[in-house]
Amino acid sequence: MLELEFMRLAFAAGSIVGLLAPAVGFFLVQRRMGLIGDGIGHTAFAGVAAGYLLGVSPVPTALAAAVGGAVGVEWLRARRTAAGDQALALLFYTGIAAGVVLLSAAGALNADLFTYLFGSILTVTRGDLVLVAVLGLAGLAAIGLLYRPLAGVVLDEEGARVAGVPVTLLNVLVSALAGVTIAVSMRVVGILLIAALMVLPVIAAGRVAWSMRSTLFLAMGIGLASVLAGLTVSYYGDLAPGGTIVLLAAGSFAVASAVAAFRR
Amino acid sequence: MPLAVELQKVSFGYGRAAPPVLSCVDLAIEPGEFVAVAGPNGGGKTTLVRIILGLEEPSGGAAFLFGEPAGRFSRRETLGYLPQRPQLGGDVPATVREVVSAGRLAAGGLLGPLRRRDRAIVEEAIAKVGLAAHADTPLARLSGGQQQRAFIAKALAGEPSLLVLDEPTTGVDVDAQEALAVLLAQLHRELQATVLYVSHEFGAVEHAVKRLLLVRGGIVFDGPPGELPGRWHDPSHVHA
Repeated sequence: MLELEFMRLAFAAGSIVGLLAPAVGFFLVQRRMGLIGDGIGHTAFAGVAAGYLLGVSPVPTALAAAVGGAVGVEWLRARRTAAGDQALALLFYTGIAAGVVLLSAAGALNADLFTYLFGSILTVTRGDLVLVAVLGLAGLAAIGLLYRPLAGVVLDEEGARVAGVPVTLLNVLVSALAGVTIAVSMRVVGILLIAALMVLPVIAAGRVAWSMRSTLFLAMGIGLASVLAGLTVSYYGDLAPGGTIVLLAAGSFAVASAVAAFRR
Repeated sequence: MPLAVELQKVSFGYGRAAPPVLSCVDLAIEPGEFVAVAGPNGGGKTTLVRIILGLEEPSGGAAFLFGEPAGRFSRRETLGYLPQRPQLGGDVPATVREVVSAGRLAAGGLLGPLRRRDRAIVEEAIAKVGLAAHADTPLARLSGGQQQRAFIAKALAGEPSLLVLDEPTTGVDVDAQEALAVLLAQLHRELQATVLYVSHEFGAVEHAVKRLLLVRGGIVFDGPPGELPGRWHDPSHVHA
């Protein structure tokens, strides 16, 4: 399997995605914003469509749309212009509608689109890998460097704001990282499924973890294992990689729940 | 030395059409005072506290913290705040040490791990509230009273000049409320910080404070708890 270049590229990109998605998702889940990834995915879909219409690579346009959408939701939330779920609904429906309109204008409503929606191990290029590596590692470095303030805001946002911590800036950063994660992950897992990789490993880890830090590291481990095992199974079984990865991540929740029940 | 808290003719309403929550409030609190802020739910206690902390801008009048406008206070790392319980991330799988370390954010710097001195201050704060044996225990495994102690330690870890506790006894049993009051009185003596204890129910700290503010759309009483007029004094100490 690894003698094939496209598999080596998929494994390399998938490893970074498997670590980054749960790391970003950790802060979203703790803030009860686990579903924001779905909303950003829909905005990324509009970005892919814009790429088709402009005749350029859909990855940078999806990145711009995803980060813009994520920051927009945080802006609406922070200004109390819309409640959390309302801001998410705006993002969801505007993104999917814009995507369909742009794709129909570009005459690109075809099967090729499926590789972005559900992922495809055949489509990761060397150029994609460079982008995933640069943005993914930068995202992981940002989380490592800012772990304490990000965790502090999760624990007590109001207390952090009173103490002068730049809460709004940190929330925007997490949302922007979610946008980056979705854009760099769409080749491997797909726009419609990446949100699951941000959330499922975190809630699985939460069943057996003993601290915030252990939840984060366990979630990253589960994410990485789900991606590597999912790519392998999808290669040998000729299955869609995104769906296989997410089903394995969902399976990890069942295993973690059983372990937690056994320990009680 | 400037006043710790000063409000001059402060008014506040949520929206122009809504009736004012607070009207023409004057208040002066000296550094080092331990003050209970009581009043019915919806009487304006939390709004008053949010204006004091600079989280809300008054629609009329002015608010000052240690001589500076509250909204632009320059030494925010010296403010300790324990918000009402529903606003806290209570279901986050955090240990006591992780919670208390978060209180060292502003004072200890945002980037990278905590330095040795900051870690020592965190351990000291945990010990002060009597949770040293539970430092690595997840918060969810502790009682309501112990969880509140952990969050008080978090507020203490910032070495605050002003400590504000908003409804700290909500969901805590009577014994734990009494223990919390003893702890706060002891910490107030040790730290010599200004402490504002906000609660619709102040029976637990009645003997620890020399000054009580009763808030009902404004400050309707300001003095020793023993001098509270009978019409506001419920034998159960519940002023709801």
